Amino acid sequence: MNRFLLPLGIFIVLVGFLAVGLRLNPREVPSPLVGKPAPDFNVPQLHDETAKFSPQEMAGKVWLLNVWASWCVSCREEHPILNEFAKSGTTPLVGLNYKDKREDGIRWLARFGNPYLLSAYDIDGRVGINYGVYGVPETYVIDKAGVIRYKQIGPVTPAILQQKIIPLVQELNK
Amino acid sequence: MSTLFATAVTLVALLLANPVLAKEAAPLAEDPAVEQRLIHISEELRCLVCQNESLAGSQAELAQDLRREVRELIKQGNSDQQVKDFLVSRYGDFVLYRPQLKPTTWLLWGGPFVLLIVGLVVLVTYLRRRSKLIIEAPLSEEDRKRAEVLLKGEQS
Repeated sequence: MNRFLLPLGIFIVLVGFLAVGLRLNPREVPSPLVGKPAPDFNVPQLHDETAKFSPQEMAGKVWLLNVWASWCVSCREEHPILNEFAKSGTTPLVGLNYKDKREDGIRWLARFGNPYLLSAYDIDGRVGINYGVYGVPETYVIDKAGVIRYKQIGPVTPAILQQKIIPLVQELNK
Repeated sequence: MSTLFATAVTLVALLLANPVLAKEAAPLAEDPAVEQRLIHISEELRCLVCQNESLAGSQAELAQDLRREVRELIKQGNSDQQVKDFLVSRYGDFVLYRPQLKPTTWLLWGGPFVLLIVGLVVLVTYLRRRSKLIIEAPLSEEDRKRAEVLLKGEQS
């Protein structure tokens, strides 16, 4: 009996590892940018070509940066949640319109509602690369000192908003 | 007759003109050396959109953008390591197919060797313990004779 105990133990440990491994999402790659200053940029705004936006303008505020595009299907799924969030007035939400046609982006917001304070316009995806964007939508929580505190890859769900983002924003605002 | 002649002339002219119209295939990029290095570097990098494809082989839009970015970094005179650092600082170690050697990856790199050593130790102790269990059983004179009889019996 005893001689089966060790192989059985190893087998159970292995099954445990595999079970955990199956539940992990391989798409969620931990971002090395969490805990680092948000990369700076200075790009035109979506609605106003002549006006620019830089994250420095948000210094001293806790804010969210949401990467979106009119061609992105999951963004549409996420959008009502962002609209709701913007109405609550918890914290400013800035959009980063990623690799989109200007008129498409503007039309999309007109149709589905605009939760953003403003949207920066990243036509060639360079800002996205600096933020390590690889799957739109992505959302960053940036603190008063301009440090990225959290990154959400993929759509923001009500659960993530209530359990992670809002508590974090409240804590950072203290 | 004249139409036939004209047709013939046109045909000959076309045949002659064709090689002149044919062009060399356009090079893939202005600078083949840069392209060579781009491929060399990006084969070692993972495309984050289609995770089992390299950055060199992927046709995902992000991969194309990243190749453009890498191309520019090469043109600016960055070393291969600097290009990789650029991507790692944005997308994390996951972009590297060949993980860096550092405290968090020691187990990854050393694990197989640790397992090999553990296996060898287990094997050696098992064999030693087993060799102790073997009891010499020499053939007695009586047994030998019996065996010889049996062997002879077989032959006949």
